[in-house]
Amino acid sequence: MEEQKYLVEMKNILKNFPGVQALRGVDLNVGYGEIHALVGENGAGKSTLMKCLIGMHPPTSGQIFFEGNELNNYNTSDALKMGIAMIHQELSPVLHRSIMENIWLGREPKTKFGFVDHQKMYDMTKEVLKTINLDVDPKMLMVDLTIAKTQMIEIAKAISYNAKVIIMDEPTSALTKKEIVQLFGIMRQLKADGKSLIYISHKLDEIFEISDKITVFRDGKLIGTDNKEKFDVQSLIKMMVGRDVTEMFPKIDCEIGEIKLAVTGLSDTGGRFNDVSFNVRKGEILGIAGLVGAGRTEVIETLFGIRRKMSGQVMIDGKEIDIESPMDAIKNKMALLTEDRRLDGIFPSLTVFQNTIIANLRSYIKKNGLLDNTKALKDVNHYVEAIKIKTPSIFQRVENLSGGNQQKVLVARWLLTEPEILILDEPTRGIDVGAKAEIHRLITALAGQGKSIIMVSSELPEVMGMSDRIMIMHEGKVTGIIDNRKDLSQEEIMTFATGNSSANQAKM
Amino acid sequence: MSDSSKKIANEAEKAEDLKQQKANGNKLLIYLKKYGIIFALILLIVGISIAEPKFLNPTNIFNVLTQSSIYGIMALGMTLIIISKGIDLSVGSILAFAGIVAASLGQVSTATNKFFPNLGEMPVIVPILAALAIGAILGGINGGLIAYTGIPAFIATLGMMTMARGVTLMYTSGKPVTQLTPDFMFLGGKIGVIPVPVLIYALMAGITWVLLNHTSFGKNVYAIGGNIKAAEISGVNVKKNLLILYAFCGLMAAVAAIVFAGRVGSVHPGAAVGYELTAIAASVIGGTSFDGGIGTVGGAVIGALVLGVLRNGLTLLGVQAYWQQILEGLIIIVAVIIDMRKNSKKK
Repeated sequence: MEEQKYLVEMKNILKNFPGVQALRGVDLNVGYGEIHALVGENGAGKSTLMKCLIGMHPPTSGQIFFEGNELNNYNTSDALKMGIAMIHQELSPVLHRSIMENIWLGREPKTKFGFVDHQKMYDMTKEVLKTINLDVDPKMLMVDLTIAKTQMIEIAKAISYNAKVIIMDEPTSALTKKEIVQLFGIMRQLKADGKSLIYISHKLDEIFEISDKITVFRDGKLIGTDNKEKFDVQSLIKMMVGRDVTEMFPKIDCEIGEIKLAVTGLSDTGGRFNDVSFNVRKGEILGIAGLVGAGRTEVIETLFGIRRKMSGQVMIDGKEIDIESPMDAIKNKMALLTEDRRLDGIFPSLTVFQNTIIANLRSYIKKNGLLDNTKALKDVNHYVEAIKIKTPSIFQRVENLSGGNQQKVLVARWLLTEPEILILDEPTRGIDVGAKAEIHRLITALAGQGKSIIMVSSELPEVMGMSDRIMIMHEGKVTGIIDNRKDLSQEEIMTFATGNSSANQAKM
Repeated sequence: MSDSSKKIANEAEKAEDLKQQKANGNKLLIYLKKYGIIFALILLIVGISIAEPKFLNPTNIFNVLTQSSIYGIMALGMTLIIISKGIDLSVGSILAFAGIVAASLGQVSTATNKFFPNLGEMPVIVPILAALAIGAILGGINGGLIAYTGIPAFIATLGMMTMARGVTLMYTSGKPVTQLTPDFMFLGGKIGVIPVPVLIYALMAGITWVLLNHTSFGKNVYAIGGNIKAAEISGVNVKKNLLILYAFCGLMAAVAAIVFAGRVGSVHPGAAVGYELTAIAASVIGGTSFDGGIGTVGGAVIGALVLGVLRNGLTLLGVQAYWQQILEGLIIIVAVIIDMRKNSKKK
């Protein structure tokens, strides 16, 4: 057999969707045993290209070669059988079935009588899990696994198909640092086994750490492809956005006023966090850092009345208040941008207009009980312009907008309520670089208006770039609250976040 | 329609149209897709009129409208429920109970089987209020169960459907209530040539339209169906809104009960069995989606008319009742298939 240079070769791929040219003649070559990163802003065409490769969306024109053979007319299950597997960003396992049933779904080993051979399935699963050094019971239910483990099961599943190339779409977006290290270990091992990996990510530091080659897309076009040594962060960002992003974190120092919100000894009923105390001043941005599972989201959800508090005191403007539901929180001029846009943020089937006014309906009720649509329209249009939401019309369904614009719609929803305390949980997760900078600019501008801002983020550069003070949590406890300084290092924060700072007691 | 809402509707249509025009550039196809169900209704009317010109006789047209009004009114409440991603199986039973109580309070004094022998002739407002109260309370119980215990709407209303029917049978020991007062019968009668049920239906459709499009309650219903978690976090009082929503649906069933009693002149405790399914069918044919967050009052009205025209037309044409059922079932399925294609996210 003739030796092939590339495992995957995609030539001049063109893909048209009704009204949109998603890919305008793109090439991609992935070698054997190579980790190949695809970068680009949302909508640049990375995911579309991968969906072409796995047979989900056949390209409008162009050629795809796999192991030197041209592929035509194939679907995702054909691709899987050939050895092309994709691990999607949003995993959808069968939650209430076991690991082994999930891995062998649709191709369960059978006994000679045609029944499912559970023993064999168990053994086969053990074997597959061993290849990625994952020690879990194959009979465990998927619902009991962390996101990281679920992802690793997906990888195991890909391996069980003898995948030769595994595509990973934003695999680290929901993982902790430790889990990312573990994932990268698995990726390196797969590479050593001769498998190729295509890795889509927004996290540039990770890309430089793990990949061999980098390909950059913008607006459905190939901008550059080379070994990673040929790139640096600045050049990569410039290629992605097509311009210099000089200021990633445009934090402006603004006047910090008196204490707006003071929390003392807050604990929740589920025991997810304990004795949490902090305060936020007017015009201040308080960053909350910590690993996934540290209880950051739980704290702010309790603060906002989504979760029940067991003990603790919450004071706004020096007055103790009782928040038992989001309704109470909103009445007290609080706003919460949640972590998971799709899960509990947007109303996908409703319009931008409806999505924006929903938290502020109260103020549009006229004396006769009906809604003042004219005023609502005016307000929504104002914010669409003010924070540059890209949408053909405010009557577009929000699900048709890009992730960054959906996030802006949510920001607009809360700005409409004129909040004084803004709580932002991972405000830029899954958003492309350009939109990210815009959201950062917005946050700092809001602080400038005297609003108090609490920002939870798993991206340390974001926390360090945006916050006035940083509160760090570890396993449900506050391990430190420190002033942000120029020379603050990521390592310093990580010591608190990993709970290795018993000497450093919380400095208020 | 107020100016602002017209503007909203217009802009919404413009935006949608523009997008779709860009999408495939075929205008006719776009309109067919968007207003498919209206075209289907027109086609149905034209087809039946050609086969049987008597269909277009004004008397018959009013007949169709009158027949459609009972489940049409129920479909109004049902549409709101389905938009919220819920379901109400109990409206048929609520109709029967509200109807039979109303009838028992609305008999002529000389009725042979007088339910309350010592009760004189009551003004018609008494049975009306009694029916409305029953509808709102039973619906409210549905909503309360769903909102505060968290049991699925299907289960809560399935239980209510069975219980309300049992209560209805118990109330009259299984006997029908007949001989209603002329005032009561007027509610099923006519003003000049125009049937009162049709007027009541139009009024209810108008009220529901305003409720859904011009009040925060309506916006909340869409939000609850679109994403209940997001609704809660946005400060929507989900529990209260669910309670009102199901009470409203029960109320509509009670309005339908009054029209039913007025038209038939009596109520049997076994009345309106299966009406909940007709109401669901009308909603769904009218484009309300079981995925939640999608549906309109106009759609619900058209859905009810499609069923009404179909039933009346096929009867006029002398088509066997069995065939009518088969066709009805087919239309429900085809309507939903078309709608799913319309609503599917265009990638």
